[in-house]
Amino acid sequence: MYGWTGNILVIDLTKKGFEIENPHLDILNQYVGGKGFGGRYLRECANLAWDHPDMVFCIFTGPLTGSISPTSGRAHMVSKSPLTGLVGDSSVGGKLATRMKRAGWDGIVIKGKSKTPVGITIKDNLVEFKDATGLWGLDTHAVYKKIRPGNKSLMSIGPAAENGVRYASIIVDQYFAAGRSGLGLCLAKKKIKYLLVDGTGHCKVKDPQKLKTAREDILRLTAASPALMGQFGFTCLGTGAVYDLMDNRRMMPTDNFCRTRFEPASKLNAAAYTKSYAPKKHGCLGCHILCKKIGTKNKASIAMPEFETMSHFTALIGCMDTTLVVKANELCNHFGMDTISAASTLACRREITGLDYTSDTVLSLLKDIAFGKDEGKLLGLGAKQYAKKMGQPQAAMAVKGMELPAYDPRGAYGMALGYALSTRGGCHLRAYPISHEIFRKPVATDRFSFSGKARIIKIAEDLNAIVDSLIACKFTFFAAGLEEYASIYEAVTGVETNAQDLLIKGERIYYNERIINSLNGFTAKDDDLPVRFFMEPGSSGNNILIPPIDRNEFLDARKKYYGVRGLSTNGLPEKGKAQTLGLLWNNL
Amino acid sequence: MEQLVNKYSDKLVQAKLGDISGPSQPLIGGLDDTLVWNRRADEIPVLEKVFKGLNINSLVFLRPKEPYGSLISFLAKTALKSFGMIQPKDCETRTFLHDLPVINQFCPDQIIHTLKKRKSVIIAPQKNNKDFQGPAIIAHGSVSPEQGFITISSVCFASFIKFFTDYLEALKNGIATDDEHDVFDSIIPLLEPIQKSPPKFIPPPFSNEEIVYSAIIEAGKKIVEYGLVDSFFGNVSYFWNKTLYISQTGSSLDELSGCIDPVPIDSSTSAGITASSELCAHLETISVTGCKAILHGHPKFSVILSMDCDPPKKAVCNFKEQCHIKCPEKKFVGCTPIVPGEVGTGPFGLCNTLPFALTQANSAIVYGHGLFTIGKNNFSEAFQTMIEVEALCYNTYFEKVRLLRKT
Repeated sequence: MYGWTGNILVIDLTKKGFEIENPHLDILNQYVGGKGFGGRYLRECANLAWDHPDMVFCIFTGPLTGSISPTSGRAHMVSKSPLTGLVGDSSVGGKLATRMKRAGWDGIVIKGKSKTPVGITIKDNLVEFKDATGLWGLDTHAVYKKIRPGNKSLMSIGPAAENGVRYASIIVDQYFAAGRSGLGLCLAKKKIKYLLVDGTGHCKVKDPQKLKTAREDILRLTAASPALMGQFGFTCLGTGAVYDLMDNRRMMPTDNFCRTRFEPASKLNAAAYTKSYAPKKHGCLGCHILCKKIGTKNKASIAMPEFETMSHFTALIGCMDTTLVVKANELCNHFGMDTISAASTLACRREITGLDYTSDTVLSLLKDIAFGKDEGKLLGLGAKQYAKKMGQPQAAMAVKGMELPAYDPRGAYGMALGYALSTRGGCHLRAYPISHEIFRKPVATDRFSFSGKARIIKIAEDLNAIVDSLIACKFTFFAAGLEEYASIYEAVTGVETNAQDLLIKGERIYYNERIINSLNGFTAKDDDLPVRFFMEPGSSGNNILIPPIDRNEFLDARKKYYGVRGLSTNGLPEKGKAQTLGLLWNNL
Repeated sequence: MEQLVNKYSDKLVQAKLGDISGPSQPLIGGLDDTLVWNRRADEIPVLEKVFKGLNINSLVFLRPKEPYGSLISFLAKTALKSFGMIQPKDCETRTFLHDLPVINQFCPDQIIHTLKKRKSVIIAPQKNNKDFQGPAIIAHGSVSPEQGFITISSVCFASFIKFFTDYLEALKNGIATDDEHDVFDSIIPLLEPIQKSPPKFIPPPFSNEEIVYSAIIEAGKKIVEYGLVDSFFGNVSYFWNKTLYISQTGSSLDELSGCIDPVPIDSSTSAGITASSELCAHLETISVTGCKAILHGHPKFSVILSMDCDPPKKAVCNFKEQCHIKCPEKKFVGCTPIVPGEVGTGPFGLCNTLPFALTQANSAIVYGHGLFTIGKNNFSEAFQTMIEVEALCYNTYFEKVRLLRKT
């Protein structure tokens, strides 16, 4: 077998044992890896609560992982989200996926629950359970320092997960977060403090020469992409490069999405961090884009915030301090909680209470959230639950319970539709329309129009579902396409394919998520945006008009999407479509 | 969607790749929840089947007008005798298209099969077929009909470059066939003449930012109007008040309004993230030459001549498969240097070769890619240079052909 190892490690924490599953090549080719395989296992327990002992927690690599395929060094984690009750998944970088693959595992599926804190160590085919009682309560940085993983890959949770924060994250290799969906809390419920992986094997590639040629095609395309490798692109400035663009396009969420322009933005951009922290390039193992930035302050290395963190810890909560952003980012990563959800919940609090923040109050509240102290207990439930308990549910800027990222949907209507329809809640990455609405790739679309967007969003969701399964990084698709990755897939696995066949796999993976969500009661009423976006304008100016989104146009586009996606008018999956895609239909 | 299918049909006509009526009238379909076409046509039933077989939102169908029809027909015929692929070596193909697949039937299954792997397919029936006249090109998109429009433009451009470079090489090697001669002779009268008299431009000095924008918009339109681009693509910049104003990536040079990024040279903002892929080369050029205006187009004979190489030299060259990035020859057309380099900022990016070349002359051709020209203060000077270089390349090419055919 090429590409895949053909081995999936299935761990039963209750019994402290494991089995090895060896799916047939047809199954591997059908679900591919990453998000696809995670969804396959999640579907089997879709009706269970997120904290049920039999709920799975999946970590999958893809068939391309471990090869020289560009940006294939990411892992995909899947379970049910404690924050939303939806499919909960998150893509994460670092070394984890490569080490897993070299250890001989396509994926790890964890079931059951330990009675006491546990660490799981994997070296090739040796799997051990370690007592982690002494590490429970430590933050992720302290765990990293204690374990000192060296070349191994270490993922761990922090106190936020242990204390029940619904948006708890998982930190991999010190700097990489599986941030969204609250997956850290899933691990905490199973009493898993950490996973340490080392692999010494090699991944088999069917046609190394063809892979080399296909890789060169992709490198050529990424070199031609200003957004990726231009001097203001992600390679040079990290994702923070987007900050000025959002300001320029008047779609920077400000004051909890009450406005879309933050006047001090030009002093809080990527250039400001470059000046203060002289960041260097860092990234996932094997990546050539290297979008992660690690700066230096007082001779200590410090992770630079990603774009969403930069934006939400300034404009969204009304603060103007880059030092605060760096510190908040560090605290969130050490405590193990999602920066987007944390900042958004704080913004919601600010709107409801009318209390402005200082840097000290922000940092203090982050600590309270992570340790479940005082008001932090309530804030740890996320914006939706917080606002509801405070009697002002409309102040939560979330979709299906997940807080929105830093692109105001009034400035990009594809993004509006993408947010509303995303299977994991308020997420920009499912359809990633910023690619064409802002970055002009593969071509520019009219960001203030819903025309054509229903099908565009559907196709993009299919695309990104397969990208998260191959695995590749979504950023690469600002430049390359499935045409190039189909060649890579063939070269690595020896399985004949093409761009359109990969899209069909993506469609199956995405429809499976709609099925899982429908089994948990989600319908069209949930595929919606906060009412603010339909009632209040953004901050117009500089010849850019930001009116409220026309609700009828939005609903019309959503209706078209349901038709294009093969869903009922209520947004529910249909038997015929599911069967056409070869998906399970029982329990519905 | 209706607006988009009509817009890109019009643009194919404006680019002189299609006609407003007759067999070369573009046919474009756009699909959201329903499928719309820019016109009625006999080909629609087959193309509707293609839509059903692919996860796409648009298709562009074009029987390219002359001279593209004849030269694509010739290249397709040759391709069908081997692997069914036309393999141009120009930058656009190398970077974005990879190769140009050819089939010989207007059959939905064959079209779907090919478009599953590539952005375009050329249909070139090899027998007289009263039901379908070829050659035709079909290209698809998943975001906008603009993708198909760009792809078809690039297929025509790449085919044009390939035919003329292959023909010159065949003459040099003494292997040009009668068919090649016939096609060459038949299309020469159809070529657009090089316009020699430059237009008037907004004169410098530019007193405010709005005038800078206007000057760039005007320069973009003129480049398109004079046919100095591959359909509508290239880039334009002007340096004013410590800021480089440059066309955005993927912007159409005849529609630059709202598509110009101001990039301060102190790097105080990253708003230039959407600027042209060649931003880095433009900034470096401004820095090392002191010029203010830069034009970049894809005039065809500049590109063709940049790829010309003497067969005996090429036969022994260690880099004969990597001319576009490692050509060791110091080549010139007149005073204009020809340099290797790929799009963007990679290790072989043209940002490493072009700026220095532009310190030697007011123009430089990037191998298989296009022509860059600079103006000390204004676009007029850069534009004049662009016309002159292309005219020189055109004349040089045909003089070479004339001499080779004489012998």
